[in-house]
Amino acid sequence: MPVADLGPEIALIAGASAALLLAMVLPQQRLGWCLAPALAALAVAALWAFAQRSEARLTFSGTWALDGVTLWARLMIVVATALCLILAPRWFARDRRHGEFYTMTLFSALGAIAMAGAADLLQLVMAVLLSSVTGYVLAAWHRDWALSVEAGMKYFLIGALANALLVIGVILVMGMAGTSDYAGLKGLDVSSPLALTGLALIVSGLAFKLGALPGHAWVPDVAEGAPVPAAAFLTVVPKIGAALALYRLVHLFPDAEMLRPLIAALSVATMSLGNLAALWQTDVRRLIGWSSVSQSGYALMAVAVADLAPGALPWLIWFLAAYALANVTAFAVVAQLRGRTALSGYAGLARTRPAMAAALIVAFLSLVGIPPLIGFVGKLGLFLVTIDGGYAWLALAAVLNTVVSLFYYARVIAPMYFADPPGAPPATLGLSSHAVVVLCAGALIGVGIGSSPFLAEALATVILP
Amino acid sequence: MLTLAVLLPFAAAALLAFAPVPAGASRAIAIATAALALLALVVVWAGFTPGAGFQAVTEAPWLPALGVAWRVGVDGLSLPVALMSGLLFVAAIAWPMEREVNARQYYAWFLFLEGASLGLFLTLDLLLFYVFFDLSLVGMYFLIGRWGHGEAQRAALKFFLYTLAGSLLILLAIIALVLMTDPLTFDMRELIALQPVAGMDVRAGLILLGFVIGFAIKTPLFPVHTWLPPAHVDAPGPASAILAGVLLKMGVYGLARIAMQMMRETFAAWALAIGIVALISILWGSIVAFAQENFKRRIAYTSVNHMGYAVLGIAVAGSAVTGHEAARDLALAGAVVEMVAHGLITGALFLIAGAFWARTQDYELDHYGGLAGNAPRMMAAMGLASFASLGLPGLASFVAEVQIFIGAFAIWPWLAALALLGLIVTAALFLGMLQRIFFGDRPPALDGFTDLTRTEGCILAALLALVVLIGVWPAWLLDMIAAGPALAFGGG
Repeated sequence: MPVADLGPEIALIAGASAALLLAMVLPQQRLGWCLAPALAALAVAALWAFAQRSEARLTFSGTWALDGVTLWARLMIVVATALCLILAPRWFARDRRHGEFYTMTLFSALGAIAMAGAADLLQLVMAVLLSSVTGYVLAAWHRDWALSVEAGMKYFLIGALANALLVIGVILVMGMAGTSDYAGLKGLDVSSPLALTGLALIVSGLAFKLGALPGHAWVPDVAEGAPVPAAAFLTVVPKIGAALALYRLVHLFPDAEMLRPLIAALSVATMSLGNLAALWQTDVRRLIGWSSVSQSGYALMAVAVADLAPGALPWLIWFLAAYALANVTAFAVVAQLRGRTALSGYAGLARTRPAMAAALIVAFLSLVGIPPLIGFVGKLGLFLVTIDGGYAWLALAAVLNTVVSLFYYARVIAPMYFADPPGAPPATLGLSSHAVVVLCAGALIGVGIGSSPFLAEALATVILP
Repeated sequence: MLTLAVLLPFAAAALLAFAPVPAGASRAIAIATAALALLALVVVWAGFTPGAGFQAVTEAPWLPALGVAWRVGVDGLSLPVALMSGLLFVAAIAWPMEREVNARQYYAWFLFLEGASLGLFLTLDLLLFYVFFDLSLVGMYFLIGRWGHGEAQRAALKFFLYTLAGSLLILLAIIALVLMTDPLTFDMRELIALQPVAGMDVRAGLILLGFVIGFAIKTPLFPVHTWLPPAHVDAPGPASAILAGVLLKMGVYGLARIAMQMMRETFAAWALAIGIVALISILWGSIVAFAQENFKRRIAYTSVNHMGYAVLGIAVAGSAVTGHEAARDLALAGAVVEMVAHGLITGALFLIAGAFWARTQDYELDHYGGLAGNAPRMMAAMGLASFASLGLPGLASFVAEVQIFIGAFAIWPWLAALALLGLIVTAALFLGMLQRIFFGDRPPALDGFTDLTRTEGCILAALLALVVLIGVWPAWLLDMIAAGPALAFGGG
């Protein structure tokens, strides 16, 4: 077996085990040291993945695709996970047993990578389950805080249902097609009602991980109740894996008659619902959660036109990267402000904590898609491929939604920048989260302007089979 | 040189945003930067040959995969508007702040806005055009929301939402237009030469509709002008001057540069409809302005009226692929002069309105009267600007409007005749405003009303001197525009 093909994933497992062993021997106030093996594992995984960048083949008997999609998923997920983990030691400083948090997060990241890399339906199921099971724990980490437990519970209940649907869907498709590996499924006729039902069920199972309709209801609760590092992780990392897995699915059955319209409809419904629900939120974390639902809707635009427009895949990747960076920035600001969540708590922040306010404004404007931030480049690409693929009405719906979304982002930006601070400056978490905020906000601007080399790389992305 | 004019304000804005510069020094830096940017434009003007296509062109790759690059250059359409913008920014930045809070950030945002505005007029890349279009919204949003008064945040948000909706429609239209080219290019010169949607029907119409609605919101034209009055009333005076003087021109400029030049056939097919929308804006703007008791709001509505003339000029210029060339050139030159004239005149009027606010915090006409004795210089400035705005011969607007009307009479006589009604209403509303502010009995509360300070007087004198100069000797401006067939077809 070509074990080295899975080097990055094995590095994550090794890192997770090391963190767990370390957590067993360290005293409580030193548990943050578990960050070191976790970051080391992530660095090894990134380098290993980069070393495999020119590979394009199926491996492990055709269950794992070692191609451009996997490469980008690995890189994006590893970077996003590292940024989220750096927030953790200070956040959990008083938590009694947070050493396992790093292990759990690494396993969850592994699940997300496996979703994107799966080239077999059963492998996909395993990946979704790994990502879900660890996710429930991460969401409910603050077990003596009702909101956190509620978030975990809701995540679990919706997840259990969605995963069941996914498994049923996989079985239907396998039963009708006679095989579960993508190389065998590619281009197969799936016009029978049972197979189509199966596909629809798979889509709804992945929509849960993506945070899109019909499995979206957990996102705002997790954003509000989960520990902020976990919230940042759960709204970003599984989404990257799920969006790419969905893309692979559409790429497998480009001619399945109802797949594209279904995804387009889900896309419109998701972005509209997310935006409308976010409109009057008075809780910033919930607001970011709903905005993250609407962003899933935008991502689905590129999935709907998969293979119809030549640039659909690279632009999806770029949009996901832009979204991940902006969302992590927003949550990092919330973390740096010690989880401050009431909208009124943000009044006058530009006066008391100018760097945090500026970073949050940049993150929100990037999510809107204001140039020259990276979010603009991503959204521009989405519009481009959607119109090119013949779904101009979808682009129009996204435009309307973008205008609506500006309204609620402005509801946070306006008091931050225009109002007077009510009292003493808000307490902050520490240097590491400050550094994450500054780094991410700088990247939102810098990578936005300097998109070109990355984009050239993404445009060459290969997808198998 | 053009790149310098765009990037210098951005660099200075970044400096002011992050470096702890004291208020006085930041004001000096801002004025110096704006003056340098204007100087760079004047240098380009000195080497400019009228009617010889795009000049002073610079290119550098940005997103080669999409055919996007940093491209700047000027022709007879963009240079006059850019020069006017550069001048108006110097005036608005040098104008004293209404509320002296957070001066460093105020000037930083102003410079940011200047970079975006000049970039929009100078760029030759359609995507950069959109980038600057959006950045101007961000800059203006923060200026209104932070330094405005009254319901400033509400007005700022309304402005941002409305114009973002417009700009995203423009983005969709740009994408749809560019997707017609192969390989993809966002180069304006190539798009003008290629005419990518020529010969198409429905798709071209939809793309044009996207551009027209998007630019109509920005211009603004009836019925999507409703963001304008609150934004103006609650904005600080200098920001209002920029909003009216520079940002509204982006709509007209875009309509001319993109819709008219890049989609010649489609634009010609729909020119009459655009002309009718312009006519409604002319009449509606003047009549509604007449009914306003708040004089800043009154001036704001006259912008709807004046931009109507400019759009009418563009509609006439693009009305047919062939025929009536002379009349169409005249109308196009008129539209460009109208943009410059309106920028100078309305910029001056809004600065004066800012001076009133700084003294009384009041815009209600009923609360004023008899100020001729207290403030003769202010009366002179406001009187001259008002007369210029209503189109008195010998002043800049007259030159513009005469050319637009002559052009329009040649193509659609009935439409031009109806549009003339707007002139009469405008005259009535400006004369009424002057009379109620400066004549009659002075309310006792205004006894301490002071005249224009020297700074204010000098700035207004410079702007209004140009208005008179264009009025009595328009040849230099018309030469620069050189509206020939080359301009109507791009790159004149």
